[in-house]
Amino acid sequence: MTVNINSAALAVSPAKAISISDVNLYYGALHVLKDINLEIQPGEFFAFLGPSGCGKTTLLRLIAGFNNARQGKVVIGGQDVLDMPAWKRDVGMVFQSYALWPHMTVAANVAFGLEERRLPRAEVERRVQAALELVGLKHLADRRPSQLSGGQQQRVALARTIAIEPKVLLLDEPLSNLDAKMRVEVRRELRELQQRLKLTTIFVTHDQEEANTVCDRIAVFNEGRIQQVGTPMGLYEKPANLFVANFLGTANILDGTVSGSGTQRTFEVAGAGSIPIPAGASVPAGAKLVFRPQYATLGTLEPGAVALTGTIAHREFLGATVRYGVQVGTTTVLIDAPFHSGEALLETGATTMLGLKPSSALWLAE
Amino acid sequence: MALVQSILIRRVSAKPGQIFAISVIALFLAIFLIIPAGTVIYTAFTEKGTGALTIVNFVDFFNTDLFRRSFFNSVYVSGMSVVWASAIALPLAVLTTRFDFRGSLIIQTLGFVPLIMPPFVGAVAMQLLFGRNGTVNLILNDWFGIRIPFMEGLNGVIFVQSLHYFPFILINLSTSLRNIDRSMEEAAQNLGSSGVRLFRRIVFPLAMPGYLAGASLVFVKVFDDLATPLLLNVKDMLAPQAYLRVTSVGLTDPMGYVISVILIAVSIFAMWLSAIAMRGKDYSTTQRGGGGLSRRKLSRGESIIAYGVVGLILLLVLSPHIGLLLLSLATVWSFSPMPDGFTMAHYGRVFGESSLYIKNTLIYASLAGLIDVVIGGAIAYLVLRTKVVGRRWLDWAATSALAIPGVVLGIGYLRTFYGVTLPDGTPLATLWVMVVLALAIRRLPYALRACYAALQQVSESLEEAAENLGATKQRTIRRIVLPLMTGGLLAGFVTSFSTAAVELSATLMLIQSNSDAPLAYGLYVFMQSPAGRGPGAALGVIAVVMVALCTLLSHYVIERRQKALGMTK
Repeated sequence: MTVNINSAALAVSPAKAISISDVNLYYGALHVLKDINLEIQPGEFFAFLGPSGCGKTTLLRLIAGFNNARQGKVVIGGQDVLDMPAWKRDVGMVFQSYALWPHMTVAANVAFGLEERRLPRAEVERRVQAALELVGLKHLADRRPSQLSGGQQQRVALARTIAIEPKVLLLDEPLSNLDAKMRVEVRRELRELQQRLKLTTIFVTHDQEEANTVCDRIAVFNEGRIQQVGTPMGLYEKPANLFVANFLGTANILDGTVSGSGTQRTFEVAGAGSIPIPAGASVPAGAKLVFRPQYATLGTLEPGAVALTGTIAHREFLGATVRYGVQVGTTTVLIDAPFHSGEALLETGATTMLGLKPSSALWLAE
Repeated sequence: MALVQSILIRRVSAKPGQIFAISVIALFLAIFLIIPAGTVIYTAFTEKGTGALTIVNFVDFFNTDLFRRSFFNSVYVSGMSVVWASAIALPLAVLTTRFDFRGSLIIQTLGFVPLIMPPFVGAVAMQLLFGRNGTVNLILNDWFGIRIPFMEGLNGVIFVQSLHYFPFILINLSTSLRNIDRSMEEAAQNLGSSGVRLFRRIVFPLAMPGYLAGASLVFVKVFDDLATPLLLNVKDMLAPQAYLRVTSVGLTDPMGYVISVILIAVSIFAMWLSAIAMRGKDYSTTQRGGGGLSRRKLSRGESIIAYGVVGLILLLVLSPHIGLLLLSLATVWSFSPMPDGFTMAHYGRVFGESSLYIKNTLIYASLAGLIDVVIGGAIAYLVLRTKVVGRRWLDWAATSALAIPGVVLGIGYLRTFYGVTLPDGTPLATLWVMVVLALAIRRLPYALRACYAALQQVSESLEEAAENLGATKQRTIRRIVLPLMTGGLLAGFVTSFSTAAVELSATLMLIQSNSDAPLAYGLYVFMQSPAGRGPGAALGVIAVVMVALCTLLSHYVIERRQKALGMTK
């Protein structure tokens, strides 16, 4: 989308913060949202990330006013909105299905919210034009939604929402109905638009790549609970638990037992060896050893690394790297080794030494 | 050259069996639908006596005061029936689809009840309940000293028809409302809309196609109906005029044909109008996992009002049935709110001397249903699974029966087959078989849709698998397609059977002797005289029970089959 913003076209009000505290939601006996607490900064591009059924869309709809939590508070720009009906909240939402009304033209769709606000005709006209221009669809104003492509429909949905100059913008899986190529394009445009409008935005997705590339911060959801809040890099580097480690990127997880105490603790992996636990590392009860595939070496030891024994179980050549499956004790872990031309690859069945620096390992519990 | 080649290639691709099937069906449709309808139209445009082409008959028609009045009366009655049917259907549809309303299931079920009984059956009972000296007006007169002319003249026809046909609007509108995705409504709320405004701007426009489909159907049905006005003694409408001209003046009188052409034209016009209005408006927006509109809880006060309105409407809707039941059990019922006493004598009489009607009905309706399913199934297979030239034409021809009112088809049969006589001198047109064929043709479009639906449920890969394992086309049809279609075909059969069992307009034209008459005809004859009302009503009750039982039974059978096949979702 060639973003031609007339800076005066759509008023940009100061970005609003969203504050959610102690929200619980039940569907009958089912506890769908559990003790949700979240602070979203003004102007932030924020992601709700998690597998399907984790509660992320439920929370988004709660903010928009489509579910009723009778517990907790949702404050947008200093105003508690939980007791307000959806049509009074001024919270712009782009639906996963886009929800464009098929009996109205593109322009009529975009004008709808403005007409509901009883704005004067000229103002409605001006804002419709501005919103359509913003998403680059001014020339399609008289079309029907069914005559547009998926990407165009999505932009109309976006234009319809930002035309009302909402306090915050909610995006419910906005890329899920687009093909892979469009997705990459549209997510960049979304980011660009958000930066320009300085609109506090929540983006719901189950795709970690989308969340990582677009958002400032991410809340990872599982089973109705927020697991961790952080920047994309922070979550990858310092996951708070096994779920987050597994959900963002690939994680190797080894079972074992902690022995010793104080600064002399070691983590024992049955049938493969042991690894000293760094002095400052926190090790929760029932912790497992977690490391990323690229942080271990095969056959060589970097300075400071310790060795575990393993057997090559399978091998995949990926071009820049070779991904080995290595049987360590009873678990198969994945190791990415950089591929150097002319180098011999390890053969399946070979016993090998797996080198790992204790400093790049984590001990996490469920 | 290329054209000839392509035709040759296409010829080759059609199997002899397919060509045979298509020819037989085409012949059947030509003889029993196209030619009779064509004859009626042709006759309307020819001068009586000379046979020259002319439009003078139409000029005569519009110059005759009675016919002009009949035309406007028909339009007025159909239009007002749509208005009143909408007034009944709209609140019911909105209440059942948009609110958490305990009575939803009852409304949806009871909404279908009128459809299992043709409108004319209840007409006489309605007169006793709502007529000038009917129950309601006697009570009103006692209490307030007023009478409301529910049943006077055209009002009676409108009243009976709208009570009878409102389910068409209810069903279509409810389906449309249910197919609106919840996000459509939520998006509007998100942008600041709510309440009546939201309904007017978003929900109702999205349900419009369903409403129009229902409304045009009601218009056409009322416009074509013959028996209801006749029984209510309203003669200045088009269908009764056509019937009266042909039966009293004779088969050579051109006016009957002119009226027939007008009936066809108006039917086509109404369907065309609704098709135009709906073009490009498939507004069904439900998403996977989306679910329909969210339902709102009613407050206590709203609940009371809602139950009140629904109760009143349902009482109205069921009044023909209640009235009919009372009438069938009444000794004498005249100038009193309730019958003087109750008796089973009418049922005794009906089962004694009129069991012939019931037997005839069962035979006619079963045969008509069977013909419909065989032809409908064959057309569906030819259209969906083969590339035989002309298969689309079969579909169109069969569907065009929708536009031919029963009275027109009856006139067409009389005109076309009266001259054809059997060896013993009886005209072909008066044979009972003709009634069966007319019923089959009239019901074919509905059965055809059921057959399409049934075949579409059978995945083509199931057939390919059978062929891959060595089954020929014929054996695949017999062993795979037919068994899997059984449920749908049965549904088609039952639709045809139950509506054919109570159809009167074509029958009224074609039945010549009482011994050939089906139930609906007997009912009509009984209802003509005050003394016959009791037995007539008893016959009506029997018809309703018969149709209802068949429908229930088929639902049960179909459901069990679907469950057994694991086809229910």
